[in-house]
Amino acid sequence: MKEFKGRVIAAGTATAEAVVSHEGLNTIASFQKALQFGDKTATCGDQNNRDLYGKQMAGKALCLPQTIGSTTGGLVLYCACSMHRQPACMLFSKPIDSLAAAGAILADVWLDGVSMPVVDCLGEEFLQYVKDGMTISVSEDGTVTVED
Amino acid sequence: MILTQEQQAILNGEQGETLAKVMKTLIQYGEVFGAEKMVPVTGEHNHLVTSFGLKALGPVYALMEQLIEAGNVSKQTFSVDPRPLDPKVPANFLQNFIFKNFMYSRQDYYEEQLNKLGLMEKDAFTCTCYMDEVGNKPKKGDILSWAESSAVVYANSVLGARCNRNSGIMDIMGSVVGYVPYFGLLTDEGRKATWRIEIKTTKKPEAQLLGSAIGMKVMEAVPYVVGLDKWLGTELNDAACTYLKDFGAATASNGAVGLYHIDNLTPEAVEQGEALIADGAQTYVIDDAELERVYREYPVIWKNPDAKPKLCFMGCPHMSLEQLKSWTDRVEAGLKEAGNKKVVIPTVFTASPAVLKAFEQTEYAARLKATGVITSYICPLMYMNNPLSGKMPVITSSNKLRTYTTARYYTDDEILAQITKGGN
Repeated sequence: MKEFKGRVIAAGTATAEAVVSHEGLNTIASFQKALQFGDKTATCGDQNNRDLYGKQMAGKALCLPQTIGSTTGGLVLYCACSMHRQPACMLFSKPIDSLAAAGAILADVWLDGVSMPVVDCLGEEFLQYVKDGMTISVSEDGTVTVED
Repeated sequence: MILTQEQQAILNGEQGETLAKVMKTLIQYGEVFGAEKMVPVTGEHNHLVTSFGLKALGPVYALMEQLIEAGNVSKQTFSVDPRPLDPKVPANFLQNFIFKNFMYSRQDYYEEQLNKLGLMEKDAFTCTCYMDEVGNKPKKGDILSWAESSAVVYANSVLGARCNRNSGIMDIMGSVVGYVPYFGLLTDEGRKATWRIEIKTTKKPEAQLLGSAIGMKVMEAVPYVVGLDKWLGTELNDAACTYLKDFGAATASNGAVGLYHIDNLTPEAVEQGEALIADGAQTYVIDDAELERVYREYPVIWKNPDAKPKLCFMGCPHMSLEQLKSWTDRVEAGLKEAGNKKVVIPTVFTASPAVLKAFEQTEYAARLKATGVITSYICPLMYMNNPLSGKMPVITSSNKLRTYTTARYYTDDEILAQITKGGN
C-alpha cells in the first residue's frame, strides 16, 4: 500500500479499481462509444492509446498524466458525467490541463447528484507505481491510497 | 481570487442564480491555474467550438437552454465552428441516413439555440472566423473567450489577441458573463517562449508538417521560431497568413500549442524579438531529415494500407480565398500534365460560407468546378468522426484531420499528384 498527496480539483471520495494510461487521454476519441453508441461501460475507443484502448473507464479510477486532443474535451467529459458514464475518479500525475479542468468543474458546478473526484499533481512516481486492477481510494483532502 | 464589486455581486446571485453559476464556474476554472482576478472580455465577437447538433450531446443543449431561459445570452454576437452536414459532400445512402437521423438529428434544434444565444448571422459557421470575408477578426490585445484550438492559436499568434486554450462551453460562459480568468496566455509572462525552434531546411517547409513536428515536441509550450522568415518573408500578407493558419492548426492539434512567435513576422516577435524567449528555453533544430522522420512515423490506421482513396478532403482548417485560387491553378496544371480533364479521386475543398461566396464571384470558381473538385462549408472532422466514415480510405493534407480521424496525411504535392494523376 502506498499513499500519494495531490491537489483537489473536484472534491469527493471514491474507491475503485485502477485503469492506467501512461499517455495523454484523448477525451473525445476515448468517450466516443459512451456518448454516441450507448456504451454504458465507457469502453475506451481511442485506437492510438495503447494502454486504454478497449478497456472500461466508467466506474474506474482513471489514472493518467493529462488529457489531450480537441478542445471539445471538456464538454465531452461533462456529457459523460451527465449520462453517468464517467470514471469513479480522475487522478492526474501532472498539473491538470485546461480541457480536463473545464470538464471536471462544469460537472461539479452544473450537475446535481454526480460525483467524480478529481485530483492532480500526484507526481510521476504515482503513475509508475499504479497498475491496472489495483484498488484506489481517494479522500476529500486529495490523499490517494493505492493498494497492491 | 480578488473580485470587483460587480463580479462579487454576480457571484452572490444579484443577477440571478444561473449567472452566479456561470461566474462560479469561471472562478473555479481560473483558480486551478493560479488566476488572481477576472478581466473583461474585450473582443467585438466571440467564437464557439460547438457547432454540431449531435444527439449524444443532450446535456450540453440542456445547459444552453438553462442560459437562454434565464436570459443569460452572450454579451457579444459570435461565429461558430463549421456545420457537420452538407449535401454536396459525397456520402452513401447509409451514411446519409445515419448522419441525419441518428448522429446529427438535433442540428436544427441546436442552431435555433445558437440564434437565441447570439449567432452573428445564419451562415457564420466556420473554424476560420478571422478571415476578412467572415468578419470576426480580433484586434491586437483583445481579450477573447474562444475555444476552437486552430482559431485560438491564430488569434494569439498572428493577430496578437489574448486567449487561453479553453474548452467548449467555457467559451460561451466567458462571453455570457463578460469576464474570463486572468492566467496563462492572457499574461505577458505566459506569452514568453520556452522553446527556441531553429529552421534549417533547404526548402520551404510544408506548413502542416512543420506545425506537427513542433506541436509534438513542445506540446503546450510557446515556441519561438527562427529562420522561417527566410521562406515566408517579413510581411503578414495573404500567403503568409494562409501558411500560418495551417501551421498553427497542426501545432495545436498534434500538440497543444496556443501561441507561437515567428521571428520578424508575427506581431509580438516583430516588436520584442528574441527578448520573448524565456531564460533556460530549450532548443529544437528542424532540418529536412527531421521533417522526413516525423512524416514517416505517422501511423497508417487504414485496414488496408494499400486501399485506393475514396475521398480527398482539403481545408481543415477551412481554406482561405488565396488558397482556393492557388489550388485552382495547381489542380488545372496537374490535370493538364496528367492528360486528365477531371480529378480522379472525389475531392472536397472546404471553406467558410463567406469565403465560398467571395470565391464564387471570381473567375476561378467556374475553373475549379470544371476540374470536378467540390467546394463545401462542411467540417471534415465531423464528417469523419463516425465508424462508417472512419472505415473509408480518405486522404488529406491536414494534420489536424490526420490526428483526430483515420484520414491519411500526404504533403500538398502528393495530394495534387493523387487527385490529378491517381495512384497511391
